[in-house]
Amino acid sequence: MTTPATTDPALIRNFCIIAHIDHGKSTLADRMLEVTGLVEGRHMRAQYLDRMDIERERGITIKAQNVRLPWTPRSGAHTGTEYVLDMIDTPGHVDFTYEVSRSLAACEGAVLLVDAAQGIEAQTLANLYLALENDLTIIPVLNKIDLPAAQPERYAEEIAHIIGCEPGDVLRVSGKTGVGVPELLDLIVDRIPAPTGEAAGPARAMIFDSVYDIYRGVITYVRVVDGRISARDKIKMMSTGATHELLEIGVISPEPKPVESLGVGEVGYFITGVKDVRQSRVGDTVTLQHKPAAESIGGYRDPKPMVYSGLYPIDGSEYPLLREALDKLLLNDAALTYEPETSAALGFGFRVGFLGLLHLEIVRERLEREAGISLISTAPNVVYRVVMEDGTEITVTNPSDWPEGKISAIYEPIVNATIIAPSDYTGAIMELCQGRRGQLGGMDYLSESRVELRYVLPLGEIIFDFFDALKSRTRGYASLDYSEGGEQESKLVKVDILLQGEAVDAFSAIVHKDKAYSYGVMMAGKLRELIPRQQFEVPIQAAVGSRVIARETVRAIRKDVLAKCYGGDITRKRKLLEKQKEGKKRMKMVGRVEVPQEAFVAALSTNESTASKK
Amino acid sequence: MNTVLPLLPAPGLPAGAPGPDALPDSAREHLATTPFGLYVHVPFCATRCGYCDFNTYTSDELGPGANRAEYAGTAIAELRRAARTLGPDLPTVSTVFVGGGTPTLLPAADLAAVLGEIRRLFPVADDVEVTTEANPETVDRGYLSVLREAGFTRVSLGMQSAAEHVLAVLDRRHTPGRAVEAAHEARAAGFEHVNLDLIYGTPGETDADWAASLDAVLSGPVDHVSAYALIVEEGTRLARRIRNGELPMPDDDVLADRYEQADATLRGAGFDWYEVSNWATSDAARCRHNELYWANANWWGVGPGAHSHVGGLRWWNVKHPAAYADRLTAGVSPAQDAELLDDADRALETIMLGLRLREGLPLELLSDVGRRRAADSVARGLLDPAAHAAGRAVLTDRGRLLADAVVRDLTD
Ligand SMILES: Nc1nc2c(ncn2[C@@H]2O[C@H](COP(=O)(O)OP(=O)(O)OP(=O)(O)O)[C@@H](O)[C@H]2O)c(=O)[nH]1
Ligand SMILES: C[S@@+](CC[C@H](N)C(=O)[O-])C[C@H]1O[C@@H](n2cnc3c(N)ncnc32)[C@H](O)[C@@H]1O
Ligand code: SF4
Ligand SMILES: [Mg+2]
Repeated sequence: MTTPATTDPALIRNFCIIAHIDHGKSTLADRMLEVTGLVEGRHMRAQYLDRMDIERERGITIKAQNVRLPWTPRSGAHTGTEYVLDMIDTPGHVDFTYEVSRSLAACEGAVLLVDAAQGIEAQTLANLYLALENDLTIIPVLNKIDLPAAQPERYAEEIAHIIGCEPGDVLRVSGKTGVGVPELLDLIVDRIPAPTGEAAGPARAMIFDSVYDIYRGVITYVRVVDGRISARDKIKMMSTGATHELLEIGVISPEPKPVESLGVGEVGYFITGVKDVRQSRVGDTVTLQHKPAAESIGGYRDPKPMVYSGLYPIDGSEYPLLREALDKLLLNDAALTYEPETSAALGFGFRVGFLGLLHLEIVRERLEREAGISLISTAPNVVYRVVMEDGTEITVTNPSDWPEGKISAIYEPIVNATIIAPSDYTGAIMELCQGRRGQLGGMDYLSESRVELRYVLPLGEIIFDFFDALKSRTRGYASLDYSEGGEQESKLVKVDILLQGEAVDAFSAIVHKDKAYSYGVMMAGKLRELIPRQQFEVPIQAAVGSRVIARETVRAIRKDVLAKCYGGDITRKRKLLEKQKEGKKRMKMVGRVEVPQEAFVAALSTNESTASKK
Repeated sequence: MNTVLPLLPAPGLPAGAPGPDALPDSAREHLATTPFGLYVHVPFCATRCGYCDFNTYTSDELGPGANRAEYAGTAIAELRRAARTLGPDLPTVSTVFVGGGTPTLLPAADLAAVLGEIRRLFPVADDVEVTTEANPETVDRGYLSVLREAGFTRVSLGMQSAAEHVLAVLDRRHTPGRAVEAAHEARAAGFEHVNLDLIYGTPGETDADWAASLDAVLSGPVDHVSAYALIVEEGTRLARRIRNGELPMPDDDVLADRYEQADATLRGAGFDWYEVSNWATSDAARCRHNELYWANANWWGVGPGAHSHVGGLRWWNVKHPAAYADRLTAGVSPAQDAELLDDADRALETIMLGLRLREGLPLELLSDVGRRRAADSVARGLLDPAAHAAGRAVLTDRGRLLADAVVRDLTD
């Protein structure tokens, strides 16, 4: 095999596999590992590169993975010469778009994979546009042609139409059987340009991923653009100026292999001993301390939380455990932000910022699993910018921080959403999007029967149950993708929920003024079912400021006494009483009202478990 | 339904553990000065009512010593153990209660024999109260006369309802008029104290049905009424029928209405409540045996599954009549398990039981927090303000229906 660092860039091909979720990226990567001889049959396992437990259980890729593959084409102009293919398998989910874009920036080409039974979906387009923005050479490929339901002719047309090629140019493969995979690798060598860079210039490498490993500390994945980084170098992060000794530098093939150095166009990893991924951020440029580059590669930005939620331990005494678990997770997740907050209703917890709902769900699951803490999460909300009449500006990440005084304008984040579905459902989708304050931006037919709708939607309108609603209105056929679209001014209000006149902070929500009423009615109705009857009547009110917009009542309980209590009942009755008193201790008090934990959990539950299926 | 199972010897109390055979000194301490009663359980019924989860058996082939014909003898064997255990300075028996099951499925002479043995074994108070439960269809004037002559002083009849369709849902075997008729027969046989049991809130019962049942009771010669909200006990046929959607679950608000209706009607007829579910025409008409339970006094329960309490030690017998008889035949205690109450348990029980009574309980029995809660409960209308001012926690009319909630608050 060609040795790293001595490889002529002309013999290197860097590419990503991009696709809609589940179209088979990781499975195709498996076949590539196999046909290149890197992983022998008996060591093979499905989605070899999905290394995290959570990825393997959910069958999705969360972290980008790269592998260095040796390949000697058997056809085409380069037959017989051994090349180095640096392949990056990317996560498909919209929450991780920034990381995908950095992976793309590390390549010259992309394999655009499309499920031959599904056709183009929303993320196919989103990823295609990202790749085009990065000036990548696109190789369109239809996957899963082994499936009886595959319609390669039809979808080859769709693809050709979108990227402007001939249907015959669309390669057909099966990641399951391996058909077409060697041909695809040959084509990659033929079509994708070799990397170019200044071999003699100051070293510059771009970080496209950074993960924390409990044994080795942070492992940083880079693509060298110019110059060379050697094992004995001292490196420098261009965004912060921080310098580090290298403990190890290497390539993944398919397990980490230390090397002497990495040169122009090469992809590999390094370890410096730092313990926090924040010290080695995705998108940053790495250079050498003794001969630093003047300019960074560009494109770096700090990850920005899009969605906030309060996380509280169900058992208040587990708060210190939760803090510890978050601190640990932070090492591995540069996008996570959190700060302590207190809720009158839920006690001590944290306000946590996430990239999106999948991110929220993954963090929550890891906290619960790895630290064994049961959590309540408050309904997710987006970030609002509130400008007061006196000109002051407030950023609201928690409904409780909504300002009291005179507001002159409120801005909410919006997204550019793409929805792809069979054209029969166009009406249903438009109705849904209008109900969510969407603005139709455009509509295109991918083929006679499939349509792409582009909407501008408030992010706050799609973080609850939008995807579920979309799926149920289109019998599961629609796909959705979105990207940040700035902000817009909106008429928003805070709806408070009051029990016996006392606001329950955990239930407050920021909603559009036209939706305040329906939110209030929904929440009050839900709580009426969930709050057990008390010794007194409990009015439940939804209010905007001091104006009550909805009300329900939990009637006072009238009977709470066991009819019979004789000699043989006493022990049983005492035990029951003790149990009831235990239960009472686990109640949260809102004023005088006892609210069971389960009521909070049920009232706050959104259909978040669907976030990953986008 | 009740087949005889080959029984493994029921695991009893480990030797030396506190129990009837090893009464701790603490339990004996106040034996002489604490009122003492005897309960005798008769675990037989002709058929099982759908709502009932009492320890009772419909088969008459339960095994040696456990069949109806031999049962009185078996119970007497346990009474002898009781006398031996509590002696030599035996407490005076102030009440006897024969319950079930259906005690009146046994020949009257058997019940008389049990009472005779009690008199032979124990000192018995001159004004002893001796009650038996009776199912209306199992007694007649002659039967009741035998009991009266043997020294029984009180009869408690299971009437449940005067509405035919309600009796049908409850699987009762008697006709609507039979219970009141039996009460008349008891009076004629010389019983001064007669009680009728009622159940309210049975699926299908209307306000009018309930009013009619109360009127029927009041037309009879009774000085005591027990009225119970129907309890849907787990594992009963009633519970199954409700789960299957065949019958509706009794609604708490309806049960509360019925209770208020009962209290108003009974009060109007001269019956005052003295425990949450019990009303009597005078202090003398109260059931002193039950009062002994509520005062946490001492009693020995004879029979399968019977519970006992002596000075902070509670124990209960093995449930199956055959296992029970086997143990007695083998000369070992029929107790299956016991618990020695600590101070906290006893305090909790005292409040839990005492609060159900018309007299309520002295505020000194409450903790500081409990006393603060008592003031809150007064404010909420659940405890009587005048009684509170006089240093007692006494439930108001509304408070009676929320007694368990008040107990939880006061014992916080
Ligand atoms: N029949 C058939 N099934 C395939 C093929 N390729 C992938 N699959 C199946 O499709 C599913 C998704 O495959 P993955 O490789 O995990 O898809 P992915 O694109 O990596 O998914 P994400 O990382 O979650 O975006 C799995 O159940 C695969 O077994 C194929 O060529 N034929
Ligand atoms: C120990 S029982 C047995 C008395 C007797 N065998 C009879 O049924 O007439 C005494 C009383 O408890 C009441 N009772 C039994 N089960 C009940 C239940 N599930 N709910 C309410 N009351 C019940 C009935 O009123 C019954 O008369
Ligand atoms: S007769 Fe009495 S003890 Fe027997 S099953 Fe019916 S309610 Fe229960
Ligand atoms: Mg994958």
